[in-house]
Amino acid sequence: MSGATVPDPAAPLTPSGNLRRRQLVSRAAELAATAAAVIAVGALAIVVYTVVARGAKAIDLDFVFTGYPTGVGPMLLGTLVIALVATVMAMPVGVLIALYLTEYSGARGSGALRLTLDLLNGLPSIILGLFVFALLVDHKQQSGFAGAVALAIIELPLIARGSQEVLLLVPKGLREASDALGVARWRSVLTVVLPTALGGIVTATVLAVARAAGETAPLILASSVFDPKHFSVNPFESMPNVPVWIYKLSEEGNPEGFTEAWGMSLLLVSFILFASLGARALLARSKRKLSS
Amino acid sequence: MSTAAPTVRVQVSTVRKRLDLVGDRALFGVCLLAALLAAAIILLVGYQIIHGASPAISKFGFAFVYETTWQPNFGEFGAGSLLFGTAVTSAFALVLGAPIAIAIGLFLTLLAPRGVRGVVGPLVELLAAIPSVILGFWGLLVLAPFAQAHIEPFLHGTLGFLPIFGRPETTGLSVFTASLILTLMVIPIIASISRDLFQSVPPELQDGASALGATRWEVVRGVVLPTTSSGVVAACLLGLGRALGEAIAVSQVIGAGSELQASLFKSGDTLASRIALQFPGALTELHKASLFYCGVILLVIGLASNLIAQAIGRRFSYQGATAR
Repeated sequence: MSGATVPDPAAPLTPSGNLRRRQLVSRAAELAATAAAVIAVGALAIVVYTVVARGAKAIDLDFVFTGYPTGVGPMLLGTLVIALVATVMAMPVGVLIALYLTEYSGARGSGALRLTLDLLNGLPSIILGLFVFALLVDHKQQSGFAGAVALAIIELPLIARGSQEVLLLVPKGLREASDALGVARWRSVLTVVLPTALGGIVTATVLAVARAAGETAPLILASSVFDPKHFSVNPFESMPNVPVWIYKLSEEGNPEGFTEAWGMSLLLVSFILFASLGARALLARSKRKLSS
Repeated sequence: MSTAAPTVRVQVSTVRKRLDLVGDRALFGVCLLAALLAAAIILLVGYQIIHGASPAISKFGFAFVYETTWQPNFGEFGAGSLLFGTAVTSAFALVLGAPIAIAIGLFLTLLAPRGVRGVVGPLVELLAAIPSVILGFWGLLVLAPFAQAHIEPFLHGTLGFLPIFGRPETTGLSVFTASLILTLMVIPIIASISRDLFQSVPPELQDGASALGATRWEVVRGVVLPTTSSGVVAACLLGLGRALGEAIAVSQVIGAGSELQASLFKSGDTLASRIALQFPGALTELHKASLFYCGVILLVIGLASNLIAQAIGRRFSYQGATAR
């Protein structure tokens, strides 16, 4: 009887029975997790490859600098202006909100404010489109400014959260040194805290711009009827812009339009990818510098 | 720096004190204003959307939510089929995307070597940075034909006895393609949140389980997932909010059908994409108001899922006590 439980000393040391099954299950789970990562990265690679392969054909100097039908210059300029106006509105407010969170608010106030920012961040962009339409376009006319307001609302929570993270990393010692010298709070905020965090705040803003630059839904309602030949820098008229033009060309179903749309997609995607990768690297660096 | 004589210093400080008093209050006031502005924006958005919808609300009442006729020429509007399309596409995206995203989170925290982690993590997040109009354009020209030629016939052939896998259409513009695009949008959101969650699981718990002889998978099932489950649910709800509200990419690939269809391979429409498609061309006030009404429904669902996610997430962060 006891002889049956004595293992064969000559048998190879491999798991058998239940342990073998458990290890197989674990192995399978590891493979599945790896496969999931491969799927996501693969999808990104396929999308980016398609955009590059089909868009590169369209791009030359004329494409960037002339108007319709040879190029998309007005759209590029318009997107630039709209994004700029949006950022000029969103950045100060976002930084002030971050300052409020880090310098002034108590636990309860900061909880409510952070919830507000999360809700703002979760608003579907088409809702913001309806909002600016009702507020600024209805019974008046479309304008790049209306689009910029919507984009500013999209950027606001991103800038506020990003700046808050960096402000929290400003070393306590700096603040305390400034307090010890009898410097008033507003002076130490403006001359010590903000300059220390400036790099991080700028990169958070760049990330927000990269996110907002490709937003289409609000612009469909705010700035979609425009002349694609006309270079415009006046935000109080309807401005040509890249996302809406890509959308229109994709709806038209004309092969030449498709090539043009791929070209614009390539320009937009490369701006966004470089901006967000660069900003991310800078942000990581400035965070490391602050927290070390 | 401070080489000023004591007498001068006292004199300066009275002026300075007064200025500091004003400056302190001013900075606080401006910051408070900015914070209140954020709250005001939310309220103003809600007000404007409801105000824009009011003609449709008073004409159709609550029946708008479940009526399925949508005929702009006859002034008949109902969002039932749109609500159905929104529910189907978002649910599909979540059912397919959440397991993949959670697996990516596990891969990034537990399996990937440091170098791979540093590359794959940002790449997955970059997927979220691609503008929806470009993803939709890609879906229209690349994914839809592929799905129509390969995926849909395959699913129809093998699982065709289920009504959801009906006969494929000729264009590939379908609820199915839209759901796939939404899946791609949902994955990076859930993946990056769940990765952060998994990283917060105390290593000594995992080591303890390993020391008791648990395999890697058993550590995940027994320790990692149970400690983070509520946070993962919150992450999925945030992903759901993204999928519900996506207008542009969906409108490019869903084919804008107006009927209720059981099959995923037919065209359909969602609340958000109907707004994007029809608002620029809406002629009557009632048509516009009805689209605003769609916006109200979207806003309510979106805010609700977001609030629930925040509530779960807050509770989790108290329990986990990993607050920074």
